[in-house]
Amino acid sequence: MSQYVRFTIDKTECMAIKGQYIVEAAKENGIYIPTLCNYPGVKPKGGCRICTVKVNGKLMTSCTTPVAEGMTIENDIPDIRELRKAIVELLFVEGNHFCPACEKSGNCELQALAYRFQVMAPRFPFQFPLRRVDASHPKIIKEQNRCILCKRCIRAIKDEKGRSIFAYRRRSSRVEVVVDSKLGKQLTDELAQKAMDVCPVGSILVKEKGYITPIGQRKYDKMPIGSDIENMQVNKI
Amino acid sequence: MSKPIIATASLAGCFGCHMSILDIDDRLLELIELVEFNKSPIDDIKKFTKKCDIGLIEGGCCNSENVHVLKEFRENCKILISVGECAIMGGLPAIRNGIPLRECFEEAYLNGPTVVGNEEKIIPNDPELPMILDKVFPCHEIVKIDYFLPGCPPRADLIWDALVALLNGDEMKLPYEVVKFD
Amino acid sequence: MKTAVKKTIEKYGSDKYRLMDILIDIQSEFGYISREAIALIAEDLGMSEVDVEQTVSFYHFFSQKPTGKYCIYLNNSAVANMMGRAAVAATFEKELGIKFGEVTPDGLVGLFETSCIGMNDQEPAAIINNHIFTRLTPFRVKEIVRDIKEGKDVSEMLVADYGDGENRSDLIRSVVSNNIRKIGPVLDRDFKAGQAIEKIIKMKPEEVIEEVKKSNIRGRGGAGFPTGLKWEFCRNAPGERKYIFCNADEGEPGTFKDRVILTERPRLLFEGMVIAGYAVGATEGIVYIRYEYKYLQNYLENILQKAREANYLGKNILGKKGFNFDIRIQFGAGAYVCGEESALIESAEGKRGEPRDRPPFPVEKGYHDMPTVVNNVETLCSVVKVILKGGEWYKSFGTHESTGTKVLSISGDCKFPGVYEVEWGFSVNDILDMVGAEKDDVQAVQVGGPSGAIIAPNEFTRILGYEDLATGGSLIIIGKNRDILNDIVLNFTEFFIEESCGSCSTCRIVPTLMRNKLIKILNARGVKQDLADLQEWGKILKASRCGLGQTAANPILSSLKNFPHLYEEKIQKNKTYDSGFDLNAVVKESAKATGRVPII
Repeated sequence: MSQYVRFTIDKTECMAIKGQYIVEAAKENGIYIPTLCNYPGVKPKGGCRICTVKVNGKLMTSCTTPVAEGMTIENDIPDIRELRKAIVELLFVEGNHFCPACEKSGNCELQALAYRFQVMAPRFPFQFPLRRVDASHPKIIKEQNRCILCKRCIRAIKDEKGRSIFAYRRRSSRVEVVVDSKLGKQLTDELAQKAMDVCPVGSILVKEKGYITPIGQRKYDKMPIGSDIENMQVNKI
Repeated sequence: MSKPIIATASLAGCFGCHMSILDIDDRLLELIELVEFNKSPIDDIKKFTKKCDIGLIEGGCCNSENVHVLKEFRENCKILISVGECAIMGGLPAIRNGIPLRECFEEAYLNGPTVVGNEEKIIPNDPELPMILDKVFPCHEIVKIDYFLPGCPPRADLIWDALVALLNGDEMKLPYEVVKFD
Repeated sequence: MKTAVKKTIEKYGSDKYRLMDILIDIQSEFGYISREAIALIAEDLGMSEVDVEQTVSFYHFFSQKPTGKYCIYLNNSAVANMMGRAAVAATFEKELGIKFGEVTPDGLVGLFETSCIGMNDQEPAAIINNHIFTRLTPFRVKEIVRDIKEGKDVSEMLVADYGDGENRSDLIRSVVSNNIRKIGPVLDRDFKAGQAIEKIIKMKPEEVIEEVKKSNIRGRGGAGFPTGLKWEFCRNAPGERKYIFCNADEGEPGTFKDRVILTERPRLLFEGMVIAGYAVGATEGIVYIRYEYKYLQNYLENILQKAREANYLGKNILGKKGFNFDIRIQFGAGAYVCGEESALIESAEGKRGEPRDRPPFPVEKGYHDMPTVVNNVETLCSVVKVILKGGEWYKSFGTHESTGTKVLSISGDCKFPGVYEVEWGFSVNDILDMVGAEKDDVQAVQVGGPSGAIIAPNEFTRILGYEDLATGGSLIIIGKNRDILNDIVLNFTEFFIEESCGSCSTCRIVPTLMRNKLIKILNARGVKQDLADLQEWGKILKASRCGLGQTAANPILSSLKNFPHLYEEKIQKNKTYDSGFDLNAVVKESAKATGRVPII
């Protein structure tokens, strides 16, 4: 039998299976912790830092930290809210995010977080970096202008031998996610679609498709990201 | 008491945001009752004739003329608002921002598929023309901007609600459905 | 080329966890790592090419383009600049006819910049084909370039006389100086190899840990975690194998004491690793050494070999049944972040040096996911003395909170830069006296390198110790004539920008934005709000995964706190808002392209 632990999130008493990551445990208790680089079923890699919470007063990423008995977690508090909003703004100014022209607009998690946090204009100056569009692969386009370097594709998409198709290149602000020139050519339709679905923004696009869902019916047109979790009926333990 | 005065301008934009202002439909009549327009393409007043309360800016700055107009608005308007994606983050015109300006010129005037008849290979250089900036700037990276209304264009309801709130001195309401970047 | 690459791969058993070694050898042999080499490695190791390339492209000393038969890396640290780097750099460019980042058209010489190479007490310094050149002058540069053009081997280009101590030995032959100026219990020569091993094999591992705990020694890398406790955690962690890592990646600009210990006391260090191995039950030790110290490789390998011959390493050490432990050297390839223990482990596994998420900590899941202890060079050396003389003896040095001694790396504006071993509890003033710095001439002291703090004279009474000024041991003395914001703060901030691994959004983006804002202030376009912004933006970095990100704003934040007047005198008093926008500057390109006189 699994062992349950008790902890609190913003003073709400919660319970979850021991060892579960905070973000998952919170979800099961009907509490939304915003995430971006996290993806269900894929090994977490606290990269975007958006899910940062205070665990017993210390900043920790909730996608990588397991819950433990007696933990005090602070999530929806002013300085954490401000931090998350700042990170979303950072990601906007770091790349070239022209939402009106993006196939993923309305279904984009970065944009959805900006809506949720009511980002009207980033506080930081736009960097307008020079980035490429890599359309050399038969099935997909890698739009580097929109890449937020979350590593979801790197972690989730492997070939049948477990080799990486996507990987980081270089470091510091010059880092980019690139597609293997050989394996990228062998990408199946299924994996190409999975790669696009895994990408939180419009950086991986399946070719010859786009703007399928009309405005008004897209994922985040009506309801903020996370509201599904917040509106969930939680069975109080 | 005199009516609040509004001025508007479209810089490096497509006039889509101005269209969205007009898209408030019959509330236009109400707006005209509420405010007076000064420099604006809507009434075709070309020069500021008095100090204004609110300035609405569409578009970012891609040339020296845009910068002058923007600075003039800042001097003449108590409150300055960036309306739409181009004003807020450069928008579509800013897609050229990563590309060196010379390459942009060469593509547009010398080598691009739409270039015809430029035998002398001239990049337009008439002194009358404004100087092109090396990138397209969001308005708030040039002058202080007080409020931002995102969207491409901003929803008519967002513009209306924002104006009404400002005129009444109320806090702006930002319902989820109307604050969008596309 | 194909055969050479294949041979290298075989040399490391076609083990993808040894990718760093494979790449280092290929880089050394060919001067770069070609597309073909990457394809061959990928194929032989069962990886994709992007997987290999992500490691190659991470490290500063790996290049995917030829770097020249002679590859020059000139250090660009703040102290190098203070010691006259600008003239040296200009002479290199002039004599070679190329700019930094370029290779001469004939492919003979490549000229590159690099972060602090651990020679702060003898700057300006450069690395040429793994040989160190220190105390460079424009004259010396001309000699070097002349020798290069004559086709001399780099080892022939060194000067007539070598540095001090072991630097003169046949296996090193370097012009590097140790500059050991004060010896304490750790650097003391009263040690014979094997002494401590003789003692521990008569003890139980738990007793060894107990003795270390009794000494209250804390990690000397800077974070200060109690060493005994770390060992105990590792010993108690389940795992079929355990590892001891020595962190000799000292990349903190201004730190060079580990280089001196590796040169003069390597036996002491290796013995410390053997003790750690015995205490936690590890069978393998890995010394992770920064690439900059590659010139010590043959010397250190030789000492390890001698230790094996004496059975200080190997199987059944000194007759103790079942006590098996060996040490190998792992070189890095130029990445400051690898000084962070989990990034160091990733790197030793052949990957990008990106810090891991914690928990789990290395003591639970480290190298190959096995329990791993990572200790600093100095910590491991100190432990030997703790074992030989007892925890109580060790505690007699230092303060209550910070027991023992600290080996300091001191550089900058003083008469006697070098390495000093002092007891914890020395004040900054004591140190200034010791190193021959005139107090009236000192404007500031950078304590603990860029990730530490810059302090003003009113704080020079503070003491070194975990309870006050915690430090990994670097002190840079900054004289009155220095421009702190330009010479120090900007340089350090750029260092952090360059060294970010790039995986946390915060550390990848914020330092660049802060640097740009600092430049705006330095250009006299700043307003009061900019100072507030710097404070606020700096806070965002606290949410980064590792120490690099968390401290990347320290140069700006600590100078803002301790030298506010330097900022305030630069900001505009009559304005509350200035975007920094400069119309003249942004129409220049267009004026050039159209041949117009800018009319604005």
